[in-house]
Amino acid sequence: MIREPLIFEISEKGKRAYSLPEIDVPVKEDILRNLPLRSEIKGFPEVSEVEIVRHFTRLSRTNYCVDEGFYPLGSCTMKYNPKINEKVASILEFTVSHPYAPFDLVQGNLEILKTTEELLAEITGMDAFSLQPSAGAQGELLGMMLIRACLEERGNPRQIVLIPDSAHGTNPSSAHICGYRVQEIKSNEKGTIDADDLAQHMTEEVAALMITNPNTLGVFEADIKKVAEIVHSKGGFIYMDGANLNALIGVCRPGDMDVDVIHLNLHKTFSTPHGGGGPGAGPVGVKRELEPYLPVPVIEKKKNEYLLDFDRPKSIGRVRSFFGNFLVVVKALSYIFTLGPKGLKEVAEVAVLNSNYVRQSLKDDYHLKYTTSTYHECVFSDKFQKEFGVQNIDIAKRLIDYGVHPPTMSFPLIVPGALMTEPTETESKRDIDMFIDAMKKIAQEARENPEVVKSAPHTSYVRRLDETTAARNPVLRWQESQEIEE
Amino acid sequence: MSYISLSDKDKKEMMSRIGISSVEELFETIPEDIRLKRDLTVPEPLTEVELIHRFEKFAQANKYKEFLSFLGAGAYPHVIPFVVDYLSSRGEFVSPYTPYQPEVSQGTLQVIFEFQTLICQLTGMDIANASLYDGASGAAEAVLMAHRLKEKPKVLVPQTLHPQYQRVIRTYIKNLGIEIEMVGYTETGEIDIEDLKDKLDDKTSAVLVQSPNFMGVVEDIGKISDVAHSVEALAAVVVTEGVSFGILEAPGNLGADIVTGEGQSFGVPLSFGGPYLGFMSCSKEFIRQFPGRIAGETKDVEGKRGFVLTLSTREQHIRRERATSNICTNQALCALRATIFLETLGKEGLRELAWQNIQKANYTLEKLTQIKGIKRKFSGSIFNEFVIEFSGNLPKVEEGLGDKGIIAGLNLGEYYPELENCLLVCVTEMHGKEEIDNLAECLEAAV
Repeated sequence: MIREPLIFEISEKGKRAYSLPEIDVPVKEDILRNLPLRSEIKGFPEVSEVEIVRHFTRLSRTNYCVDEGFYPLGSCTMKYNPKINEKVASILEFTVSHPYAPFDLVQGNLEILKTTEELLAEITGMDAFSLQPSAGAQGELLGMMLIRACLEERGNPRQIVLIPDSAHGTNPSSAHICGYRVQEIKSNEKGTIDADDLAQHMTEEVAALMITNPNTLGVFEADIKKVAEIVHSKGGFIYMDGANLNALIGVCRPGDMDVDVIHLNLHKTFSTPHGGGGPGAGPVGVKRELEPYLPVPVIEKKKNEYLLDFDRPKSIGRVRSFFGNFLVVVKALSYIFTLGPKGLKEVAEVAVLNSNYVRQSLKDDYHLKYTTSTYHECVFSDKFQKEFGVQNIDIAKRLIDYGVHPPTMSFPLIVPGALMTEPTETESKRDIDMFIDAMKKIAQEARENPEVVKSAPHTSYVRRLDETTAARNPVLRWQESQEIEE
Repeated sequence: MSYISLSDKDKKEMMSRIGISSVEELFETIPEDIRLKRDLTVPEPLTEVELIHRFEKFAQANKYKEFLSFLGAGAYPHVIPFVVDYLSSRGEFVSPYTPYQPEVSQGTLQVIFEFQTLICQLTGMDIANASLYDGASGAAEAVLMAHRLKEKPKVLVPQTLHPQYQRVIRTYIKNLGIEIEMVGYTETGEIDIEDLKDKLDDKTSAVLVQSPNFMGVVEDIGKISDVAHSVEALAAVVVTEGVSFGILEAPGNLGADIVTGEGQSFGVPLSFGGPYLGFMSCSKEFIRQFPGRIAGETKDVEGKRGFVLTLSTREQHIRRERATSNICTNQALCALRATIFLETLGKEGLRELAWQNIQKANYTLEKLTQIKGIKRKFSGSIFNEFVIEFSGNLPKVEEGLGDKGIIAGLNLGEYYPELENCLLVCVTEMHGKEEIDNLAECLEAAV
């Protein structure tokens, strides 16, 4: 494959890739006189259109993606992204809408937002939704702010948030930005929250318990109602990280499990593409009690018109400008409309079937620390392979040689050497079997020829990269003085 | 329509390997009392053709497209070269996740590295991150970062910072012991330096300044930075209109310590407010407190150049509650669009684009202020937005224009009670002379 240089390295003075229309108003140079003008933008690229197209096309070909194959990145729900959703989101009336447009000129947009809020409320069993957060982490932050605002009004915002040791790193981080101290809850031998242990930690200084259900091990927290009762009895709230809703959709609803606040990831459960790391969307659903604190504006339907309500005295304010990632919401709504009630339930059923098929097929080759039954994902470890000096990172890199994206590595933290595997519902048996075969072959290689695994990948555009040096001597941008390599 | 790829035969084989006779057995650990015993109440499934019709119906309820609009205020209509849409819709960019496995993500990573370089070049700073959610949360992250660096409680925020950014900052800092004090503006529309000096003290972590500010006026970043530095506070510059970098001096060359803002102008459609992207850059001495993902250069075992996500010990998945931010992803696909846009426009193109914006906005300003009953509100130099004041009743004027299919700008009365009857007008390269003249004529008739 051609090694693609940085665009700055192929830039040459005077090249152009775009022509602007000639200016059609009288030009006045004196209006520039009082402005702090810059000389040239030093180092800024100058290339032709053909070079732009080749550059990005070549770069794109070095990426592995869902369109290409199996992508079992645990906790990320890398399902197929339906192409029709992209088409729908590219409708001109949506893309040219200005966010300050008078609301009577964007009734269609507001109807889309309101409809999605209502459908998400039905799907999760919550009472109201805000679509403002741009991502799951921002949803978490908003959710915790809502809890804090409600507790403050009751007279004491409290100090502590309880978080299981299996939780996503964003959970403690979001709680912290919300002004809380984090106390970790240890998982029991089944990999779930221990109700007795929780009861010991639960005091009237605890604002909330942040849970993920199914948790990051893929295990359903079956005691959820009991857990919720313990927390509620001391006046705390249950926050649910909805990252793993794909396992439950249409089967059961967080709202019916006494969850008070939930965030969803539209880019996981609702199929909007991950885009190489965003944009996603992290809507937040709440029970009635927390609704007054939702961010502004809230969309209301009065008679046949959609209105924006900014007059919400208890609102926490805003976590983002405008209405959040509107086009992401459009894609999620398109997905819900395409699947319908039966199709949504089938998502959970097949996601859990596929995951259990993978687990059953690989459980003799890879260690499972927790043997509790799992849902949409399961967490293997490198315990068997470590005997031969092969670690999870080696297994992950070797999978690349077999044409499969590696699972999530080293998470959750409670499983040393974790390989967190989530096949999702959209995969064919043929692609899943290809993964299973590759994993079995790697297990065999680890026993018989560990070096080939430890030195992987062998076939990729670049081989194993030196991440330590990257962090120790950070080079974070191209500089003019840098010479073209090779 | 469903996106399941298993045949009945597949399912049978898989269930047989698992040792179950029905899929329901896999859900056994969910207690009976929390199961949903009915279908979800969501509409019955639509086919592709029906789906398009359904969304076209939503689209038809939007009338905005038919209007000649001069709205800006943090979201700007600009040219989007066709290659931006074409290249950014490649599945290899759209359908992967965060480049956790760099060996199969070099495309995404090199794009981020180029994006970081472009942002550094535009802002005149040393380092930039892979992008944030939007300009407003970027401004909030800048406040949190300054507070971590200086550990002082106060941050000064100008009234001429985008009102929604103000609100987001207030929301983010509410539980962190940071106080916000507002700084006023003068009749030039610039930040009131005297007011700034009065409010500045040794408890101040940072001074924020937006330039061009919400009134469209270009600020004296050099002077404001000097004032901030006099008490060792950081100067954090917020830019909502990125195209201005094409012609205005880089804030980094004027003393800014942090430069953050909205990147929507770089090839991202208006899209009713999102998805957009925030950008952020700073001096390299602050790197340990810098939020968000960062790509860095390295080598593989054969010595070939490659890129990786780096300095992740600042981030939540390693540091958990002690992370510099709770942000997990960036807005990669929007940052890709911005990268393609900036590289396509190129050095001369971006400059010319910025220059056209200044020319057109000034032409419009002159034209509109010749109308009796309309005067220029602020005397400061502008980029592509300006404020005009109406002697008569503005809502009535707006109504009259609306009948002619024109939105002349954003009525500021709602956001600034003292600016009742003031309109924020935005003119970009997208507005032709004919349209501008049409605006002037209709305004003259409506005033």
